Amino acid sequence: MSSAMFDLILKATLDTLYMVGISGVISALLGIPLGVLLYVTRPRQVLANPALNGVLGIITNIGRSVPFIILMVAIIPFTRMLVGSSIGTNAASVPLTIAAIPFIARLVEGALNEVSPGLVEAAQSMGATPWQIITRVLLPEARGGIFTALTVTAVTLISYSAMAGAVGGGGLGDLGIRYGYNRFNPTIMLITVVILVVMVQLFQSLGDYLVRKSDHK
Amino acid sequence: MARMIELHNVSKTYESKKGAPVEALKATSLHVPKGQIHGVIGLSGAGKSTLIRCVNLLERPTTGTVTVDSQELTQLSRDALNKARHGIGMIFQHFNLLTSRTVSANVALPLELMGMRRSEIQQRITPLLELVGLAGKANQYPAQLSGGQKQRVAIARALASQPKVLLCDEATSALDPQTTGSILELLQDINRKLGLTILLITHEMEVVKTICHRVSLISDGVLVEDAEVGDFFTAPRTQLGREFLNDFLELEPPRALIERLEEHPRANTHPVVRLAFSGDAVSTPLVSRLARDCSVDVSILQAKVESIQERTLGLMIAELMGSEADTQKALDYLQQHDLTVEVLGHVQRDV
Repeated sequence: MSSAMFDLILKATLDTLYMVGISGVISALLGIPLGVLLYVTRPRQVLANPALNGVLGIITNIGRSVPFIILMVAIIPFTRMLVGSSIGTNAASVPLTIAAIPFIARLVEGALNEVSPGLVEAAQSMGATPWQIITRVLLPEARGGIFTALTVTAVTLISYSAMAGAVGGGGLGDLGIRYGYNRFNPTIMLITVVILVVMVQLFQSLGDYLVRKSDHK
Repeated sequence: MARMIELHNVSKTYESKKGAPVEALKATSLHVPKGQIHGVIGLSGAGKSTLIRCVNLLERPTTGTVTVDSQELTQLSRDALNKARHGIGMIFQHFNLLTSRTVSANVALPLELMGMRRSEIQQRITPLLELVGLAGKANQYPAQLSGGQKQRVAIARALASQPKVLLCDEATSALDPQTTGSILELLQDINRKLGLTILLITHEMEVVKTICHRVSLISDGVLVEDAEVGDFFTAPRTQLGREFLNDFLELEPPRALIERLEEHPRANTHPVVRLAFSGDAVSTPLVSRLARDCSVDVSILQAKVESIQERTLGLMIAELMGSEADTQKALDYLQQHDLTVEVLGHVQRDV
């Protein structure tokens, strides 16, 4: 393998990590609160609000039902407004983030649903405010489930980022398509796939470790 | 004595989407004086859980007022209610400890919620863990503890904010009899040491018998009976009260006898009676007196003596054998001596 080829693969790997990292962090920062909101506004929850819950639920479902490849193209004007360009890794990170937010939110909502309602009730009996219940009871108790949610999201982002080539986003998927498929270079194809597999394994192992560490049940 | 908990005409109706609304608790009034342990006993679904959850407004009553420590909770704002709740501890059937926190961090939770400083919290926790006998377990997680130990942590947590009232929602129902005993002992200890007022709900007569001063019986959302524990165990006034007592004492006539019981006396039958006696009557030699004074032979089918706190309760199921006039005389004699006499039926003389 030539050093040019090596540089190409290295750059693609870093691009993928960059896209997954940026979109992962931002979508976690926005998706976790959305998931909390989806949960606490449910009927009989600490901030029960059926109307808000209904609206958030519909928005989340829309976000989750649009195929990623369509989402990516459809929000190009928004992407351009946000990062000043519609191509490149930054531009690709926007649709990745948008797609991951509702994904994380639903998973976080599910993780919170696993917290025993008795704990919320106990906190209420101690005079906890809704904010205290969220920050001191729900989130810490659901920590393992939330790490699982983030791990699943990271892995999904790795595979979604492979489509980023469609908007000139670069990354391993793009490399695989352009060199491996279009130029019929099976070596490149194989290498990109192997790197993606290893990346997923590493993310999964890290996630599993964090889940184990936070589980005292 | 000053009233610590005061429920006035409290009712709770649940609206259900399908079908008619459910009235879980009908207009109920209940007063618990300061320093007393008051038990509410009832079958599942009778409304006892709703009742206790109305006291700290985990359930907001549909009607009525709730007053705790002279503060009417039902008219407080959300913030004021949260403050008032610091003065009302609560423990639960399934302990409800945070699995993500250690024992000491669980006990610290209510203090953190009150905004107490970390250094101050630490000083509060150690004596609490000593009080409940878990001084060595501070850094363990709840999952590493037994059920009884978990409930002890929950008690320490409930006491952390130095409340005046402790609510116990079936606190021993998930525990084995021995552990139940030790938890009840702890609650009694706390009641005496700290002068804490305790309201507990349970379906176990054993709990009422062991620690309660006063007991209310709840059925279908209504408090049907309210009595000192000694009175309740010697002479319950309602049919449900008698059923609870009989189940608890396991004092039923032998099955073979029940089958032979007839409702009305005939020639050649004699009465089978259930006698309950307390106080002086316990130490009176009744059986020999019946034989001597009324010429009635007494065949004891079952008997037991129970200590209900400071009182002694005797129970007996017996056949009174004699002529109709003599047995009637015996029954009158027993009633005169403050025994509770219940004629269960009549059996034919030895078949």
